[in-house]
Amino acid sequence: MPIVIKLNKNDNVAVSCERLKKGDIVLEKILILQEIDLAHKIAIQKIRCGEKIIKYGVSIGSATKDINEGEHVHTHNIKSDYIKHKIC
Amino acid sequence: MLGYLREDGKKGVRNVILVCYLVECAKFVCEKIVSKFDDDIQLVGLSGCYPNEYTFNILKAITTHQNVGAVLLVSLGCECFDKKALYKAIIKSGREVEILTIQENSGTKQSIKIGSLWVEEAITKIKKVPREDIRVDELVIGTICGGSDGMSGISGNPAVGKAFDRFIEDGARCIFEETGELIGCEHIMANRAVNKKVAKDLLYAVQKAERYYTTMGHGSFSDGNATGGLTTQEEKSMGAYAKSGSSRISGVLKPSLYPKSKGLFLLDVVPDGKELWAFPNPNDTSEIIELIASGAHIVLFVTGRGSVVGSGISPVIKICANPDTYKKLEEDMDINAGKIIKGEATIEDIASEIYDIVLDVCGGKQSKSEILGHREFALGYKYFDNKINCF
Repeated sequence: MPIVIKLNKNDNVAVSCERLKKGDIVLEKILILQEIDLAHKIAIQKIRCGEKIIKYGVSIGSATKDINEGEHVHTHNIKSDYIKHKIC
Repeated sequence: MLGYLREDGKKGVRNVILVCYLVECAKFVCEKIVSKFDDDIQLVGLSGCYPNEYTFNILKAITTHQNVGAVLLVSLGCECFDKKALYKAIIKSGREVEILTIQENSGTKQSIKIGSLWVEEAITKIKKVPREDIRVDELVIGTICGGSDGMSGISGNPAVGKAFDRFIEDGARCIFEETGELIGCEHIMANRAVNKKVAKDLLYAVQKAERYYTTMGHGSFSDGNATGGLTTQEEKSMGAYAKSGSSRISGVLKPSLYPKSKGLFLLDVVPDGKELWAFPNPNDTSEIIELIASGAHIVLFVTGRGSVVGSGISPVIKICANPDTYKKLEEDMDINAGKIIKGEATIEDIASEIYDIVLDVCGGKQSKSEILGHREFALGYKYFDNKINCF
């Protein structure tokens, strides 16, 4: 089984330790839906639009659309919340 | 662990002699003196001739550090550095100290001769420094990451963070940095502050860093970061921040200030005031020296691409985040955190390895950079207001 790391027990994403292929199974039961590069993130549960992305046990941004379990999590489907902090 | 008990009550894990040049013009003489000895004789110093409070404070902290037994201050004679004030501070700390002034000692050859004789005597004297048990709750441990890559934030840094949690639980003082790499996670970090004042100090330190680096024309998030799998500013910073662990943050330190209590501290390395001092720390060695000046007995250095530097004052332990780098640079690396990436060890396993090696090295075992003879030192100009620390 390819290796991914879940950095904190509360995380809803994991990080790939090798290039993942569509159809790979990680963390025993999660089906990878597309090719994912080394050190990129995968959703390990369904994440709804607007929900926080949790990595290291903290929010690293919010989902801009619904994300399925096993899907690549990156600039196309999440955004930083830090920019908002700075405007406020 | 057996430490070296200093007259000021501090305990060291090494017993080194420093040969310290007070201006670049005195460096050659110092190098010649140091080259005559195989013992723990280390070259440190200040290149610039201008007076500056920060460089004075760093040299004072370094020359009275727990790991230092004796200091030879080498002056050309006309530099602006206040050598008498430094001499007095070292005397007060109970360390052996002497000032050697080249212009008053008939020049290069004679100064090398006198300096070498003094060091020879100092070697005998510091052998008499009493040894006493040093406990984990008496240790100051610093951490830095450099030569980072995509692996640092998911293997080496979280492992150091877990080790830090254990050290803090056991009563140690732990210090992390670097404020410029924490831009984006200051609000997350502030939530871990022990009180509102510390939360405010943490926010201030990172916001100052952001302002400073922006003025220097140095952005925080690059396209390369995104290619490497990082999506947001806060995510990138969390990678560096992970080495701080999950303990409460007890305060913000300025370089050369010793942590007042047990617990976790952020070292604020970015100068106060106007952006006048070029890049705050132009290399990893400057940061290592600031951690040591703030009291670190030992420095945990996480590297992905493979840094090789060390220090002659406090041992540096290399934690290699990337398994391929470890293979290539095994001779320089103390810990292979790349095993986490390969699925051969958990973050907790590597944290335990780090905890154990810190105790071994504090107990006298040499780190890889010590065995190889690394003794880098760097010190530039900065300004810090050590009194005011909030808005």
